[in-house]
Amino acid sequence: MSNPSNLKYTASHEWVKTEADGTVTIGITQHAQELLGDMVFVEAPTVGRKLKAKEECAVVESVKAAADVYAPISGEVTAINGDLDSSPENINSDPYGAWIFKMKPDNAADVAALLDAAGYQAVVDSEAH
Amino acid sequence: MTTLKVTPLNAAHRAMGAKMVDFGGWDMPVNYGSQIDEHHQVRNDCGMFDVCHMRVVDVNGDGVRAFLRYLLANNADKLHMPGRALYSAMLRPDGHVIDDLIIYFMTEQWFRIVVNAGTADKDIAWMKEQAAKVAPQLTITSRDDLAMVAIQGPNARAKVWQVLPQTQAATEGLKNFQAADCGEYYVARTGYTGEDGFEVMLPKEKVEAFWYDLNKAGVKPIGLGARDTLRLEAGMNLYGQDMDESVGPLESGLAWTVDLQSERDFIGKAALLANPPSSKLVGLVLLDRGVLRGHQKIKTPHGEGEITSGSFSPTLEKSIALARVPNGVAIGDTVQVEIRDKLLNASVVKYPFARNGKGLI
Repeated sequence: MSNPSNLKYTASHEWVKTEADGTVTIGITQHAQELLGDMVFVEAPTVGRKLKAKEECAVVESVKAAADVYAPISGEVTAINGDLDSSPENINSDPYGAWIFKMKPDNAADVAALLDAAGYQAVVDSEAH
Repeated sequence: MTTLKVTPLNAAHRAMGAKMVDFGGWDMPVNYGSQIDEHHQVRNDCGMFDVCHMRVVDVNGDGVRAFLRYLLANNADKLHMPGRALYSAMLRPDGHVIDDLIIYFMTEQWFRIVVNAGTADKDIAWMKEQAAKVAPQLTITSRDDLAMVAIQGPNARAKVWQVLPQTQAATEGLKNFQAADCGEYYVARTGYTGEDGFEVMLPKEKVEAFWYDLNKAGVKPIGLGARDTLRLEAGMNLYGQDMDESVGPLESGLAWTVDLQSERDFIGKAALLANPPSSKLVGLVLLDRGVLRGHQKIKTPHGEGEITSGSFSPTLEKSIALARVPNGVAIGDTVQVEIRDKLLNASVVKYPFARNGKGLI
């Protein structure tokens, strides 16, 4: 599965989608879910929490390990995906559909500065060596 | 970067799509797809595990039984018939655990020992050092010419007989912890999953063909990931996590394997008698949402404890753990586990958590 070109990415393996209303939706990439394996628990941030870019704000846990999810940009949490409470495995089956939380960015320009699909792929490739 | 050690099945793992990881210096399969599917595969049908990294050690010579009586915390005298097997800890003089292992009674001049991969060299050095002092006539041989495959699950034995029909007559009467010497194949009804099955020792050069034959017969390969959740559900200790050289067997849920009743002296016995344990190993089931993991701190009214192994139980669909806690903690108590910045509730339970296809909690 390739990384969708309409999304932005972080080197810490989050994907970021800009919605029509200016909020952003955040999840973890195909590469990240594949590394972690079968997902069994997701701890999302509290709605209303103000986050700084690169702050630890969520945790995804597979059978194997726990991994932190980082805020890709600064902003406020506006929604979390409650479906992941009962079906964390959606992250494995549909990583780009199973979003974890949404944010209202402090500064919309921050999103544009994130990695594009090719830039993220370069990060993944460099980790493999 | 150091080169990882490989088993004779390394190419087969890659051909079967395994995700490989560094497991204590060995390049081993962690899964071949979904770890949870592999777990259920073993509980409900059967699967095969590459355990070639574990070491077979043969001890030969006059007086081998007397030597093992002294070397090990469990009593080799419990083995009356060739082919009988016994689980034991091997202790330091201070009563701490060097390794856990299985011994097989072959003949009065030959016992076989299977030890963990990561501790094998240390174990053999220790055995040789002790033998030099009390039984110099013995030879201790690391059987690097042998490979080992575990086939586990309710249908495991039938699949082995399908692939190795020549072993069926000798092995169909075996009970748990019994083994049969079938020429090139040494077949033991043992395992590390809480399911029925065999562990088969065979010449290294035959193991790849055996692996592929089992696969053709419908036995799926299972990685180390599922091996860990299966053994944890079955309440079986993992050396290096649930016990090591910093603790004794009585604090590690292994009192049932330590024979303090007989007159027999063994290495570590005096220390065990002199230092009764103040902590014990219990099972935990997480009541709140989250996942228990090794090294998380436990808070109880009797003092602090620590998780030794924790994961998600695919059979119970809950998080479970083994934890070392103060003696005062009782089955049925609720304790608190520190996970990141939160204190979550967990119930203290008697383990195993699951065996023979069923949850027990």
